[in-house]
Amino acid sequence: MATQSARLLLEPIVDNNPITLQILGICSALAVTTKLAPAITMSIALTAVIVGASVIISLIRHHMPSSIRIIIQMTIIASLVILVDQVLQAFAYELSKQLSVFVGLIITNCIVLGRAEAFASKNPPWPSFLDALGHGLGYSLILISVAAIRELLGSGSLLDVQVLPLVKEGGWYEPNGLMLLAPGAFFIIGLMIWAIRSWKPAQLERPEYRINVVHRTESR
Amino acid sequence: MSADSHSQAPSVRAGALLASAKAVFRLPNDDPRKTIAVALVLCLACSVVVSATAVSLRPLQERNAARALKSEVIKVAGIETADMSLDQAFEQIERRLVDLETGEFVEDADPLSYSYRDAAKDPAASSAIEEAERAGLQRRPDRMPVYLVRHAGELQTIILPVYGAGLWSTMHGLLALAPDGRTTQALTFYEQRETAGLGSEVAGQRWLSEWPGKVLIDETGEPVIEVVKGNVDPDAPNAEHRVDGLSGATLTSNGVTNLMHFWLGEQGYGPFLARLRDDHRG
Repeated sequence: MATQSARLLLEPIVDNNPITLQILGICSALAVTTKLAPAITMSIALTAVIVGASVIISLIRHHMPSSIRIIIQMTIIASLVILVDQVLQAFAYELSKQLSVFVGLIITNCIVLGRAEAFASKNPPWPSFLDALGHGLGYSLILISVAAIRELLGSGSLLDVQVLPLVKEGGWYEPNGLMLLAPGAFFIIGLMIWAIRSWKPAQLERPEYRINVVHRTESR
Repeated sequence: MSADSHSQAPSVRAGALLASAKAVFRLPNDDPRKTIAVALVLCLACSVVVSATAVSLRPLQERNAARALKSEVIKVAGIETADMSLDQAFEQIERRLVDLETGEFVEDADPLSYSYRDAAKDPAASSAIEEAERAGLQRRPDRMPVYLVRHAGELQTIILPVYGAGLWSTMHGLLALAPDGRTTQALTFYEQRETAGLGSEVAGQRWLSEWPGKVLIDETGEPVIEVVKGNVDPDAPNAEHRVDGLSGATLTSNGVTNLMHFWLGEQGYGPFLARLRDDHRG
């Protein structure tokens, strides 16, 4: 039982990481990782929401009519997100402004609904709690690592404390502007996925099919 | 519930209600009655939780917003705040209320406790202005707060709160004008929920830094400022009245033009600014 619990908690952190293996939650991973402080806040917010939602959904799983299952899950998740947003506005006003819409967008974060639907609605509260916490920590680990790299290379600081003295302030470090833009996060996440899959080849995906050349006419 | 249930003791009625509620929850999950019951209970529970949080945290949030507004005012005022607290710095700024119709200062009300947002919702303290629709507003408060920065008695900066509709949200900002009442010293938007990354750049330093020096009002007192699509040619004769548009955010850019025209026009601060310009010349 203990090993089962440990597996539920630890597996999503590296072996089944929601960002690097499941490739979910990329939007927020790009958007809030220019600085470490908002990334940490976002990690806490998402972990709180995913844990709360999973436990509540697991508690009421025997009374969920299948026809409105997803709506029920979304309603619970949305209420928790509003809750977290209100708490942030009350106790961390500056950070909540930096995160702007991204806290609200936790509602649409596939990791949260994914765990609610795939795990919590079929399992008792304790395993659901561990599974959700594991996924929250897995998400947080990647978010915080990406943000640390981006803030260090992009602004020469960590948590707004100057680590590398900037050239414009008489130091030697010329900040890499790319790190402050969304593509910077893409490169870092890509490199992380590469590193993790080289370390754990089990994560490599077999090609499911050969891609045909398709001329897409999609326009925006 | 039948009619005779009213004659029963309340505890018996409550007991019957509980029993029937239990019966509903014993129904199979796919029974439509249970589906509706679950949906109702869930909505009720969620709305109670959400509204309880919102109501209980509102005082804290309002205090935060008031502090944030003070620091924004100080920022656009360009005051050096290194060696003083926020409140000390804010004390140096003169706060007045302006009657928009006459452009005169109002002396009988306290500018500190006045909220233009509350006033805009109060029919007695606001008026319906057709022109306001262009800025996406239904009503306009009759009075607005203004902030005046003086240095050795000489007026340095006039700070006007402005707001209007962007694409998604009402954008609230502060416009700092030079004593001539026509030239921008600074602009900021401290509250907006425009598209993240595109329209939200309306509050970004890079775009806001284009505003200082722009002449918003021409010689006749007409607002002439415009946020244009693309970049402004700095050699064009009207470049001082034009600001680069936000790329990918035309409606947010138009919203800024509209709110500027409304607030600087006859129905907005126009009369107040006209009076100020007369003072400045005379």
